[in-house]
Amino acid sequence: ISAKMVLSAVDTTHVHTVLDHVKGHEDTYGAEALNRTFTSHPQTKTYFHGKDLAENSAYLHSHGKKVMSALVNASAHCDNIYGALDKLSDMHAHELMVDPANFPILAHNILVTLAIHLPQVLTPACHVSLDKFLCEVGDALTHKYR
Amino acid sequence: MTLTTADKALVVSIFGKVSSHKEAYGAEALFRLFSSFGQSKTYFSHFDLSQGSADLKRHGAKVLGALGEAASHLDNLDQALSKLSDLHAYNLRVDPANFQLLSHSIQVTLAAHFPADFTPEAQSAWDKFISAVSGVLTSKYR
Repeated sequence: ISAKMVLSAVDTTHVHTVLDHVKGHEDTYGAEALNRTFTSHPQTKTYFHGKDLAENSAYLHSHGKKVMSALVNASAHCDNIYGALDKLSDMHAHELMVDPANFPILAHNILVTLAIHLPQVLTPACHVSLDKFLCEVGDALTHKYR
Repeated sequence: MTLTTADKALVVSIFGKVSSHKEAYGAEALFRLFSSFGQSKTYFSHFDLSQGSADLKRHGAKVLGALGEAASHLDNLDQALSKLSDLHAYNLRVDPANFQLLSHSIQVTLAAHFPADFTPEAQSAWDKFISAVSGVLTSKYR
């Protein structure tokens, strides 16, 4: 059980800086992050039976947009991420039940995607803030599992 | 872990572009590692870990150089990395968990500098490659 992570004011600024560049590109970046996840870690496809997971498929774009939009929304509440993600937390605990091990995998692929598209923005300092943010999001989504 | 022919080609081709930037990119990967995962600094109390330091550049070049050696011996990693494997097992004893953290940091660095080349397939190949190298470097721990 991890201690609740707190994002500092600097972290919050960095998260906003990076995610401001994601706005308007939620579907493209989201689709790419998912595609990289499925390519590098094929076991993650287990949660997507029957879906068209081909690179740039309509499904990847719509699901990618959903994921990235949720992150952008959560970033507006960095001081209360658990609260902001309460409904999604219920969904993950009672319906989706995505194994918690998968959240760091997705986080890694989101960071790689951001590095591809925003190399000047994802400085080492912003990188660590995003990593902390994504860790806290993962914790928020899995904390009701048991 | 087995690297396919396609994986090997992707590793070699991207390393070709890295090889003239080993200091800069190696230093960046290490700095990202130390920034994101402070616990990894425990092995470097004797280093100046500030961004762009001479220590980071020298050590970064060493790490990427070793990966380059590995990339030229993809069919015989055990032998090619045997001395480094001894070093990590009996001397350095870097906790195995840190290899994944470094792998992540290297991949983000590659992505930042080679946005067109670091495709999902290339990323997967590099992830497998670094995993294979890490496996050899931790194989003699016990």
